[in-house]
Amino acid sequence: MRRTPGAARAYILCTAAGAGLLALPALVPGAGTPWNTVALLAALCLASELAARWSRPGGAVAAGGGAFFPLLLAAAFLLPPAAAVLVPVPGALAGVVDRPPVTARRVWRAAHLAAAVGAASWVHVALGGPAALGGTGDGAGGGPPPDLPYALVPAGAAALAFGLLLAALDGGILVTAERVAARHAWRGPATRSMGPHVVHGCAALMTAVLWRSSYGPLSALVVLLPMYISSWVFAQYHRQHAAHRATIRALVQAVDIKDGYTRGHSERVGRASELIAGELGMEGERAEALRFAGVLHDVGKLGVPTRILRKEGPLTPQERRAVELHPEYGHEIVRGIGFLDEARAAILHHHERLDGSGYPYGLAGDEIPEFARVVAVADAFDAMTSTRSYRRGRPVPAAVRELERCAGSQFDPRMVRALVRALDRHGWSAATTTVTSDEQPAGLPGQGTADDTTATGAAADRPGLTR
Amino acid sequence: MTRLGPPVAAPLAVRGAALALAVLALAHTVWHGVREPGHALAFGALITVGELARWGSLPGEREPAPLGAAGALAYALLGRSGGEATTHGVPQVITVVAAAQLLAAVPHLARGSGPDPDLVARRILAVAFAAACFQPLYATGRSPRWFGEGPCFALFLLVLLGLTALCDAVLGALTTPAPRPFGPLLRDELRALGGIGTAVCATGAVVALGVAVAGLWALPVLCVPLLLTQVSFRRYAGVRATYRQTIASLARSTEIAGYTPHGHARRVARLSTAVGRELGLPGPELTVLEYAALMHDIGQLSLVDPVPCGATATLPAAEQRRIALLGGAVVRRTGVDTAVAVVVEQQADPYREQPLAARIIRVVNAYDDLCGEHAGGALHALEQLRLGTGRDYQPRVVEALAGVLAREAPSPLGTS
Repeated sequence: MRRTPGAARAYILCTAAGAGLLALPALVPGAGTPWNTVALLAALCLASELAARWSRPGGAVAAGGGAFFPLLLAAAFLLPPAAAVLVPVPGALAGVVDRPPVTARRVWRAAHLAAAVGAASWVHVALGGPAALGGTGDGAGGGPPPDLPYALVPAGAAALAFGLLLAALDGGILVTAERVAARHAWRGPATRSMGPHVVHGCAALMTAVLWRSSYGPLSALVVLLPMYISSWVFAQYHRQHAAHRATIRALVQAVDIKDGYTRGHSERVGRASELIAGELGMEGERAEALRFAGVLHDVGKLGVPTRILRKEGPLTPQERRAVELHPEYGHEIVRGIGFLDEARAAILHHHERLDGSGYPYGLAGDEIPEFARVVAVADAFDAMTSTRSYRRGRPVPAAVRELERCAGSQFDPRMVRALVRALDRHGWSAATTTVTSDEQPAGLPGQGTADDTTATGAAADRPGLTR
Repeated sequence: MTRLGPPVAAPLAVRGAALALAVLALAHTVWHGVREPGHALAFGALITVGELARWGSLPGEREPAPLGAAGALAYALLGRSGGEATTHGVPQVITVVAAAQLLAAVPHLARGSGPDPDLVARRILAVAFAAACFQPLYATGRSPRWFGEGPCFALFLLVLLGLTALCDAVLGALTTPAPRPFGPLLRDELRALGGIGTAVCATGAVVALGVAVAGLWALPVLCVPLLLTQVSFRRYAGVRATYRQTIASLARSTEIAGYTPHGHARRVARLSTAVGRELGLPGPELTVLEYAALMHDIGQLSLVDPVPCGATATLPAAEQRRIALLGGAVVRRTGVDTAVAVVVEQQADPYREQPLAARIIRVVNAYDDLCGEHAGGALHALEQLRLGTGRDYQPRVVEALAGVLAREAPSPLGTS
């Protein structure tokens, strides 16, 4: 358990000891533990963990790190609490662990899953769940039919108890092992995972009903098959989503290949657009779209000949016209990407000016789409503050003064005010400016890839031990 | 696009058979009255709701309404409910499924976009197949005698559903409008059974067994997790589509930058996947092939001056390989499967050192370059490729390309 903090070690041992105490009654001789059912369910858990381990080496594992919650809940419904505790243990101990310390993570997974299953089973028994499942449980058929509307009550309560305890224990490990502040540790996961747990509870209830019916365990497993497929598909969804973001970034980097001056510019304009969106009260998908608009605003530079983009010194009028075509090229490139929607208008119109003297269409005032007015301000701000090979960047206050001077004629004053407020609130610091190249801009103090990697690295590590 | 002889007749026959079957079943049901109206209503509602979920499905999605399919199959395989035997026969199953399909189509028709008649016909025939296999056996008491009411019965249902899936795959291959031989079409359909097909079959069996044990209450309890399955499939399909669009945009950037001729990437991708299918590449490898084909010229963005006409096939070999390596470097940053980057990097190597996908892209890219260059067009280009089969182009791939082109003959590639 090298590199595990002492508090975390104590916490893990406490959880494991608690789970062990819960399991004790099953191990006493003469307890009548249904060992066949325990063995079968534990073997299934093990199989699902191993499947997650082998399915995609190096790739994302299924939701829940291979632990298959409907199966665990079915065990909680079918077995007495002390026996149910044992079901997740072999799987969790053999399961996939992506980072060291391996032993500590395995013990932790086994202990907290076992405790959660035990608690769920206890709630289920307390509300009279086992009798409501009907059947006999020995596979011989007969027995009473399931008491269906009522059986939902203990099953739902047990699923909620399972989810709550899991979230509470997860929060504890985040605090002790990952040093996440206590107020963050319990906020996200607890509220988000209750819906899925109730759904898993429904599937587990039908699994348990069929398991105890005359059709036996085989038919029960068929209930879990669609659930397993859907959790696998869900993991695939997350992989594709990540790949998609990377592709957007690649589109931007393709611009960087051609135009050395703009390195990191697109990402920073995306960040500034996002800040303005926050101040304007945009949320969810619109804020995300605005960020994409900022990131992709210069993608049309791909259409401008590299010789012109890399030219030192002033451009001829002809060359200037070629550069001014880039919003239209950009619009053309992203035309096929359905989800960008409003962002496409921003890419086309981000060089329009409020007084109508911009390009490509010379729109004025409210004719310019809202997203384009935001991106125009963000673009100008970053162009002024970033250092390019031919000049140093201006300090932030000077850039803000310049923006305020041009508000009304070139920029929408509302967007400029929003940016100023956002800068007051969040600052324009090193962590927000992503520099994608190895050539460091000299002018901006504290801007560096080292800070950047630690910031994003910490965010990626946060799920920590629980996965 | 011209259709060859058999594929025109087959979809019409499938539609006709489904229509005749539905009309006969309806007449029979009206004549004899509806048995167990509660069950008919509950399953009808389930199927209708499931079919309504076609809303917002993407074109070409494998099974746009998995819940509807599973509900219909479950009704076909329902022999008992809450321990009591049911007496609805094959005609009533077909009637309920057809009626639910019609009902679910109403909102679509109101919007002016009717459901694909082929899909409706396919669903009706597949369900009729399952019901015809199961209901007579159960009603005459043979199935309970052979399989009892235990695990064997569950196994029997699963086998029946497997057969139904096969039947559905055959129907799917018959109703595909593409002018392709039946064999590869059927192979594609069978491969597609893996993911959502399995989920639909398992769900159908579960709903039938669940209702047999617990009565109609099993329907809502099972619907909740099934909706989750449907949502996750839909979200996955959505993000896949977006991802494909973004890749295509990235691919088009070389065209807009003036490095490659208009539509080149798209044409090479389309033709490469057709050749890949012809050579029997499985689904995931086809996706790798498609992405690599879309992005095969992306390395040219690093060039200060464009290659004349963007035709890399006529450049010296060393230059071709340099551009390929530059392209691989860009693709590695896109987050696609590394296999795609490997294919892009190796696209200019001699064919004996290449993976199959890179061989295909090399041949198709050269074909498209040569087509654009010469007025002689397709024939001349193929002739050039055949001359290069000693080192650069694999003979088998060139012949597969010739086969694909021959089938698409009326619209030569260079002008499409």
